[in-house]
Amino acid sequence: MFDYEILKFIWWILVGALLIGFAITDGMDMGVGSLLPFVAKTDQERRIAINTVGPHWDGNQVWLITAGGAIFAAWPMVYAAAFSGFYMAMLLVLFALFFRPVGFDYRSKLESPKWRNAWDWGLFVGGAVPALIFGVAFGNLLQGVPFQLDELLRSHYQGSLLFALIPLLNPFALLAGLISLAMLTVHGAIWLQLRASGPVASRAATIAIRLAPAVTVAFALAGVWLWYGFEGYRIVSEPAHNALPNPLAKEVVRASGAWFDIYRTLPIAMIVPALGLAGPLLTALLAMAKRPGLAFVTSALGMTGIIGTAGLSMFPFVMPSSLDPKSSLTIWDASSSHLTLNVMFWAVVIFLPIVLAYTVWCYARMWGRVTAEEIDARSHQAY
Amino acid sequence: MMDQTFVELSRWQFAITAMYHFLFVPLTLGLTWLLVIMETVYVMTGKEIYRDMTKFWGKLFGINFALGVTTGLTMEFEFGTNWSYYSHYVGDVFGAPLAIEGLMAFFLESTFIGLFFLGWDKLSKRQHLGVTFMTAIGSNLSALWILVANGWMQNPVGSIFSPDTMRMEMQSFAEVLFNPVAQVKFVHTVAAGYVTASMFALGISSWYILKGRDLAFARRSFAVAAGFGLASVLSVIVLGDESGYELGDVQKVKLAAIEAEWETQPAPADFTLIGFPSQETKSTAAAIKIPYLMGLITTRSLDKPVLGLNDLEAQHEQRIRSGQIAYAELQKIRAGDASPETRAAFDAHAKDIGYGLLLKQFVEDPATASEDQIKAAAASTIPTVWPLFWAFRFMVGFGFLMLFIFGAAFYLNAAKKLDRNRWIYRLALLAIPLPWLSSELGWFVAEFGRQPWAIGEVLPTTLATSSLTSGDLIFSIGGFVTLYTGLLIIEMYLMFKFARLGPSSLGTGRYHFEQGAVAHAAE
Repeated sequence: MFDYEILKFIWWILVGALLIGFAITDGMDMGVGSLLPFVAKTDQERRIAINTVGPHWDGNQVWLITAGGAIFAAWPMVYAAAFSGFYMAMLLVLFALFFRPVGFDYRSKLESPKWRNAWDWGLFVGGAVPALIFGVAFGNLLQGVPFQLDELLRSHYQGSLLFALIPLLNPFALLAGLISLAMLTVHGAIWLQLRASGPVASRAATIAIRLAPAVTVAFALAGVWLWYGFEGYRIVSEPAHNALPNPLAKEVVRASGAWFDIYRTLPIAMIVPALGLAGPLLTALLAMAKRPGLAFVTSALGMTGIIGTAGLSMFPFVMPSSLDPKSSLTIWDASSSHLTLNVMFWAVVIFLPIVLAYTVWCYARMWGRVTAEEIDARSHQAY
Repeated sequence: MMDQTFVELSRWQFAITAMYHFLFVPLTLGLTWLLVIMETVYVMTGKEIYRDMTKFWGKLFGINFALGVTTGLTMEFEFGTNWSYYSHYVGDVFGAPLAIEGLMAFFLESTFIGLFFLGWDKLSKRQHLGVTFMTAIGSNLSALWILVANGWMQNPVGSIFSPDTMRMEMQSFAEVLFNPVAQVKFVHTVAAGYVTASMFALGISSWYILKGRDLAFARRSFAVAAGFGLASVLSVIVLGDESGYELGDVQKVKLAAIEAEWETQPAPADFTLIGFPSQETKSTAAAIKIPYLMGLITTRSLDKPVLGLNDLEAQHEQRIRSGQIAYAELQKIRAGDASPETRAAFDAHAKDIGYGLLLKQFVEDPATASEDQIKAAAASTIPTVWPLFWAFRFMVGFGFLMLFIFGAAFYLNAAKKLDRNRWIYRLALLAIPLPWLSSELGWFVAEFGRQPWAIGEVLPTTLATSSLTSGDLIFSIGGFVTLYTGLLIIEMYLMFKFARLGPSSLGTGRYHFEQGAVAHAAE
């Protein structure tokens, strides 16, 4: 069994990897959903766009579900405090996600244009709303979340009902939300350039070329804003990293620039934000050069950089508390027990490679551009 | 002390969302195997009709599956959103099977399901059969892991409360995985799913036969469903989860409540077939009893007694008193008292800390509870008997009715006597809702019978909630009910439409309505 401290660190990497995996796979479907009403005008065009992700969206969505399950298993207190604290935001995400499974499966089962158009908007909502809210959630984590823990370690959140949603939608968090929405939309657009055909593919390429540089600009802007506008959190004293987890045992202060500590102590870490800045630009260039395969890779790397930057800047914090800084949750004091982290580590080591292998097989079997002729020929089967 | 209205609303929301979810799960669990059977016959014989059967039942499967995924999303996140103290308190144990369910089962099921629907032209026959098989394995494995999680709620083995981290921590993953309650529940639940799918296919095939449409297609589907259904319903009944009731205190209470056994009877106990249990008088009016039967069923012996509710309640009162001491010592430890004496005093009563927490519903500090509060807490350990008593009887009754239907369908089909016994078709059609009713009743018995515990003897439901308000819950319940009901109506509309259309919906040109259309065009 690995040392407890090492396992705690490994789980920070693994949760990050699952979230990035979610962005690369399901983020692509969400991007396609967000683009659907705009890149595809006719029913046939919409079916082309939908069927590029049709066989895969459900498997992709499991990245989100598994990330949720992994947070539950590895960081139970984070799962508890974040999901209940962001109650209204979580409901919004869930309600939006409801439209995806039914949207994909039911849309083309009936001929009526009204029916199909309604589900297309359902797929749009199911793609765009979660993409936006996930970014908003990160934007709020970076500012600290108004919760505190009582002596039984029950978390209490300040504010409730819809009123709790309004402060979540503050300008910085909205910027983070837009970055998230835009990067997933670019990712979906590149996928359509790669796998769709005709006007759908060319419209998607145009959107990717225009939107990707905006992601870089917005990401840089968010960095500057974070530096000048917000205090970060810093641990002053804490128990040993391999101690039994107890969030209330540490001292935390808020300090301006604290979110940039990691880049001062470990300059090599700057690779991560650099990747977030460069990835989208390269994506735009490759899309312009009609190299969507490579653009997909750079888009994935860019998203890795952007998500990685958010996680890395807060390290070792996962969920800082603005109400009571010492209630903040870190990877050292919000983790599961040594045994659970170990069991789950081996579960990931065994199953994730298997998952990746059959996922690749499935994509390979279904590879090829989705064309109008194919949709017409398989009208009763295709989505 | 928690606001009880808020706790009730939290329970209602979980019950509503879970029971909606389970409208779709059993059909998925079973229909995947029917598809595997049909497609295997297709691959082995090369007969097109079996491919059409796989595709058609697969279409209905897809309509159902979409809502299974939709309502399943909620379940993955609802522990965190609405049961946040639960999530903290038991996440170390309960989170693991959930995460492994994602890794091992959901990925498998969901990655291959898209190729099942859309890969017919892109895969070889054998590859497609492999895909169908993977989907079936994946969906059934997900049932295994979620029932490992649920079995642990009923009988929390392999774990211990840690006063340092203020939560339950895993001691043995193998014990959690091989929890006997989880294992019997798994068999019972998946077999119930197979029954559901068989009744669904049997009933709809019967309707085609009654209408005289697509007979070759319908008769083959009927035969597959009858055989698979008979085997499955026998598994549900014979391997049922009765044996799970011996294990753990919560299961004992549940058993006594199901049987409305107030006083412990001398062994072997009588079985109350029917009666009217009353919580106030602690007795069952107009009871019709079958001598010795319960003792035989539940203990498989003639000499072991089955504990009655009154004795169980008295035992619980003692454990609540012990739990008060555990709670007082826990408070000292949480306040920083690291002395070995305090720790030893806590450890002596640690197994009853959950019972101490039961008092939280009645008093802020359980250590200072009055006699009346202790009595009230002890009384709260016995769930309301009559709903359990009746729900269980209807579940079992429906089970035996289905056994008769499948038995008759299988016999009449094998003996080639179906044509002279068309009543079986009508009966099978009318019986379609039965497996759904039984499943929902079964979950009601399992979960309502677990009360007042979220985790048996460990964490009371009243403490397990999030720190939200009733207003939050009214809003979210309204949202769930509205969206789920709307989607359910759409699902039912499509299901009826495509079930009525039958294999003609495949567009092969070989089936009833398509031939009608050709005939019309020719006129």
